[in-house]
Amino acid sequence: MNTYGISAIYRFELARWFRTLVQSLLSPVISTSLYFVVFGAAIGSRMAEIEGVSYGAFIVPGLIMLSVLTESISNASFGIYMPRYSGTIYEVLSAPISAMEIVIGYVGAAATKSIMLGLVILATARLFVPFSIEHPLWMVSFLVLTSLTFSLFGFIIGLWASGWEKLQIVPIMIVTPLAFLGGSFYSIGMLPEFWQKVALFNPVVYLISGFRWSFYGVSDVAVGVSLGMTFFFLTLCLIVIWWIFKTGYRLKA
Amino acid sequence: MQSIISVQNLVKTYASGFQALKGVDLEIRRGEIFALLGPNGAGKTTLISIICGIVNATSGSVTADGHDIRKDFRAARSKIGLVPQELTSDAFESVWRTMKFSRGLFGKPPNPAHLEKVLKDLSLWDKKDSPILSLSGGMKRRVMIAKALSHEPQILFLDEPTAGVDVELRRDMWDMVRSLRDSGVTIILTTHYIEEAEEMADRIGVISKGEIILVEEKNTLMRKLGRKQLTLHLQAPLQQIPTQLANRQLELSADGAQLIYTFDAQADATGIASLLRQLNELGIDFKDLHTSESSLEEIFVSLVHQR
Ligand SMILES: Nc1ncnc2c1ncn2[C@@H]1O[C@H](COP(=O)(O)OP(=O)(O)OP(=O)(O)O)[C@@H](O)[C@H]1O
Ligand SMILES: [Mg+2]
Repeated sequence: MNTYGISAIYRFELARWFRTLVQSLLSPVISTSLYFVVFGAAIGSRMAEIEGVSYGAFIVPGLIMLSVLTESISNASFGIYMPRYSGTIYEVLSAPISAMEIVIGYVGAAATKSIMLGLVILATARLFVPFSIEHPLWMVSFLVLTSLTFSLFGFIIGLWASGWEKLQIVPIMIVTPLAFLGGSFYSIGMLPEFWQKVALFNPVVYLISGFRWSFYGVSDVAVGVSLGMTFFFLTLCLIVIWWIFKTGYRLKA
Repeated sequence: MQSIISVQNLVKTYASGFQALKGVDLEIRRGEIFALLGPNGAGKTTLISIICGIVNATSGSVTADGHDIRKDFRAARSKIGLVPQELTSDAFESVWRTMKFSRGLFGKPPNPAHLEKVLKDLSLWDKKDSPILSLSGGMKRRVMIAKALSHEPQILFLDEPTAGVDVELRRDMWDMVRSLRDSGVTIILTTHYIEEAEEMADRIGVISKGEIILVEEKNTLMRKLGRKQLTLHLQAPLQQIPTQLANRQLELSADGAQLIYTFDAQADATGIASLLRQLNELGIDFKDLHTSESSLEEIFVSLVHQR
């Protein structure tokens, strides 16, 4: 096991992030604050409580997930796409480091950033609305699992993308809509019955539901199902990555 | 002598269907400087990329220091340093950080003293905190070399190391490569500057259209193919070569002031003595003379053209 190699990649990626720390953190913090001003304070004050939770507090877990999903994908995809694009990937490919170790380095760093970001947004949200976290341990577990899964997903996109546009397509066209429709701002239970069924095909529903449960003990789907689905996506991503490295797809001529 | 790199029947067909290597066999000896020459597109970079693990071979096998580059990739790769042909670097990183990254990537514990020595040897020490972005092209190439040396490799591949490097620096680089060799590192370099191979290499390989067409000790190669020329600077220019000399391998320079005699330096009778005697008899005086060996460049060009 090349632990020095893993830590070299991990630190390198975090260093890249720290160089632009202010932008990296400031923009999600500002946009979250805007959401709270608009949805939480302005609109939220006229909204009824949802399952005993005030609207402002209700959207906190969803907002965190929204940022964590998109940032995980963009961080991880950029992290591996950049060296592919600039050519510096040659060094990683020529190093005595296995595919799994490369993934641990890059994905670990991307997930770390997402987790930190999630916690920063959590703290920001606390400035706007009072809330408490019922199951802190589960909250952290869901945050970590989601960050990992979507960083893996981003890594796959970064390996697959053959241009900058493609790097943007999946986050903008698929993930953001799924996250918005996945119950960030409302409970699935508020939808008409037909759309509730449709919503169950949206993987993000399970993530947000589980995460919200860890805050308030209320959820759209059973927590066990949420957890199971999260692990399912995680495994799926791992299998895809394993296949990519096995075939050398897009990495080696 | 045991070879440190052994390439056997290596074939590479790119996805486009183009066959870049057509069954290459090559043995690199421990501790030598091996120069790989060949025209653009011959397959030099492809060969190096396969050995270093950047490109997958279609068939054939490679061992580095006895380790199969596929089955035993960790052991094989940790022995190898690579300076690729393309200048690629993380523009915003400092020289020092990028070196630390390279060393770590190759599984070596931190060793600032070693990195310092490498940077000093490459005259980069004063740039260690500069972002790579701010360096000149020649400096960037040296950073690439520094990165490759950061993990103390036994085998160093230099793919056109002196492209875009000024003359003085090229000399320095040659000195550096020699001192690396003296410290026990095996060096394989590709170059388009034949004088570089002539100056540095112990052995020379020529690759053309995906096939190795020659591997030879440099000295043997020079001797075997070497022809010498004798140039006579005449007192008075000649209009043409006198008929009495027509049966000799003589040429007259355009201005008629130099007479050039080509001969085989290996032959028992070079014919120089009799030529000089004959010139004397014909009353052709010369004020100076010198001999020169044909360069590797000429040898190389004639080899590739024969194909
Ligand atoms: N990824 C690739 N896909 C398809 N063909 C390729 C690829 N890389 C290289 N080739 C082809 O393989 C041949 C050998 O290329 P290679 O880069 O090994 O040559 P080279 O000897 O290093 O040339 P140069 O002196 O110009 O660097 C060329 O014809 C090139 O076009
Ligand atoms: Mg090349």
